[in-house]
Amino acid sequence: MTFKLPAIDYLALAPMLVLFGAACAGVLVDALVPREWRYHVQVPLSLVALLASGGFVVALANRKEHVVTAGSAVVIDGPGLFLQGSIVVLGIVALFLVAERRLEPGGAFVAQAAVVAGSEADRKQMRKPGVTEVYPMMLFALAGMMLFCSANDLLTMFVALEVFSLPLYLLCALARRRRLLSQEAAVKYFLLGAFASAFFLYGVAMIYGYAGKVDFRGINEAVLGSSNSKTLLLIGLAMLAIGLLFKVAAVPFHVWTPDVYQGAPTPITAFMAACTKVAAFGGLLRVLYVAFERSSWDFRPTLGVIAAATMIVGAVLAVTQTDIKRLLAYSSVANAGYLLTGTLSMNRDGLKYTMFYLVAYGFTVLAAFAIVMLVRDSDGEATHLARWAGLGRRSPVFASLFTFLMLAFAGIPLTSGFTAKFGVFAAAVGGNMTWLVIIGVLSSMILAFPYLRVVVLMWLSVPGDDTPTVSVPGAFTAAALFVGVAMTLVLGVAPNQALELVNDAGAFLR
Amino acid sequence: MDPSYYIVLSAALFTIGAVGVLIRRNAIVVFMCIELMLNAANLALITFSRMNGSLDGQIMAFFVMVVAAAEVVIGLAIIMSIFRTRRSASVDDANLLKY
Repeated sequence: MTFKLPAIDYLALAPMLVLFGAACAGVLVDALVPREWRYHVQVPLSLVALLASGGFVVALANRKEHVVTAGSAVVIDGPGLFLQGSIVVLGIVALFLVAERRLEPGGAFVAQAAVVAGSEADRKQMRKPGVTEVYPMMLFALAGMMLFCSANDLLTMFVALEVFSLPLYLLCALARRRRLLSQEAAVKYFLLGAFASAFFLYGVAMIYGYAGKVDFRGINEAVLGSSNSKTLLLIGLAMLAIGLLFKVAAVPFHVWTPDVYQGAPTPITAFMAACTKVAAFGGLLRVLYVAFERSSWDFRPTLGVIAAATMIVGAVLAVTQTDIKRLLAYSSVANAGYLLTGTLSMNRDGLKYTMFYLVAYGFTVLAAFAIVMLVRDSDGEATHLARWAGLGRRSPVFASLFTFLMLAFAGIPLTSGFTAKFGVFAAAVGGNMTWLVIIGVLSSMILAFPYLRVVVLMWLSVPGDDTPTVSVPGAFTAAALFVGVAMTLVLGVAPNQALELVNDAGAFLR
Repeated sequence: MDPSYYIVLSAALFTIGAVGVLIRRNAIVVFMCIELMLNAANLALITFSRMNGSLDGQIMAFFVMVVAAAEVVIGLAIIMSIFRTRRSASVDDANLLKY
């Protein structure tokens, strides 16, 4: 028996290979370079790797040649490249937040995660510089996310899912302050995440039983012509959907979101909110649009109900929150509902505007968490909403920026939130999902309340003695904040170029 | 022997695992139940591979084993770190994050 090795187009895989390579190099740096130098090596290394990866994405996009490579495990097509590009760009901004060390001596991460929280040794390491393993882990996660968006079969998708999830579980556990909360968030995220990926895997097995293949094209053909029982297909699709909907944080698979967002170090929360969202929806879009397009009559009603529940539950629970990180978490749940609305329209516009929404939301949420990082007192970040009262008088500049971001989340015109929401709702009307759009508009109205409540709290209250200060951001956070706010404004005022980009991305390659 | 019995067995194992995740309290046991679910999926993959007459399913099972091993490393590290602080691996004790 002879094996024929599949041909591999290394250039097409270069954006991911660069990141994986740099991540491995980063692990070596952590093993070999003296402790005090690691930060100064890791940050430039990660940044250069991300820039190189972005350069390759642009080069591939200009080549306009769509390929299926590595034994049809990976497909590089327009939407895949767009999603990869946005993951890289959002990843760079998130890296800025992770690399920030000015706000707190040593940064947002613990010096040694193995030290027992609350012990004598833990107090001693309080002012030591944070772990630098976070940079390679971030690169692994980013490369996994990129692979997840351009996987062409369910097995590659499963492996990519784990490659980007496992580093995220660890990153959640590495907060410098409130380590118990951070570890608890990691345990919850890990157990529920592994539970969801077991469902995903069983779904893969069922689909394999139905179609005899796991590549998306083969599944698509099998849906038309297979003689196997359709029950297998439906069970498989449902379990696959559970795994994916867990990652996008759709109701009823959203319960982990507020806890993990609150417990994780804030830069990591921002990273998850922006990049994981893009990757998870990228995967979901590809699965639904390429592999199961022909069964859309089977899944659209069910996923429609899930999208409606996600929008309503996310919005209503956001109203009741008293912690800014939890509020943003529930807002992220509700936004997953709007994105699902766009996804379920199952037409060109749906794909286009869902991708646009992902990028717009990613920049806004990164900037919002950058400001959450800045509002602090002697005990670290002050995330309780009551503490934010009167912040507008303490620091008008940052309060104005945060107000702008809240208005963007609420979808007020001239912000990216409006353009994005308008796009997905218009696409859903075009795809005969008008009932979802009605629920979406209603939920946006509910969701505007918590955002505006924060704004009112900041501006119309008198600052008390315990109102925290807004720290002066270091260069990294300032850059991230600037990029996030600028993109929120640009995508709201002049979205044409970005819309052209998503338009040029075209459709998925089958 | 009819290979479809193995599918029934795999479904039973998967269900036992899923129920175990939901009702057990010890994080390690919960984690073992997740591993049981992954192995149930492996069994299903291999059986379908036999039924479909293609080798893909068996190769997938190898990938799943590697992923499961990586998951064990990460999972035990996280559970260990919380155990050393709290002196308990019960998922009910980790209850600081709520509302």
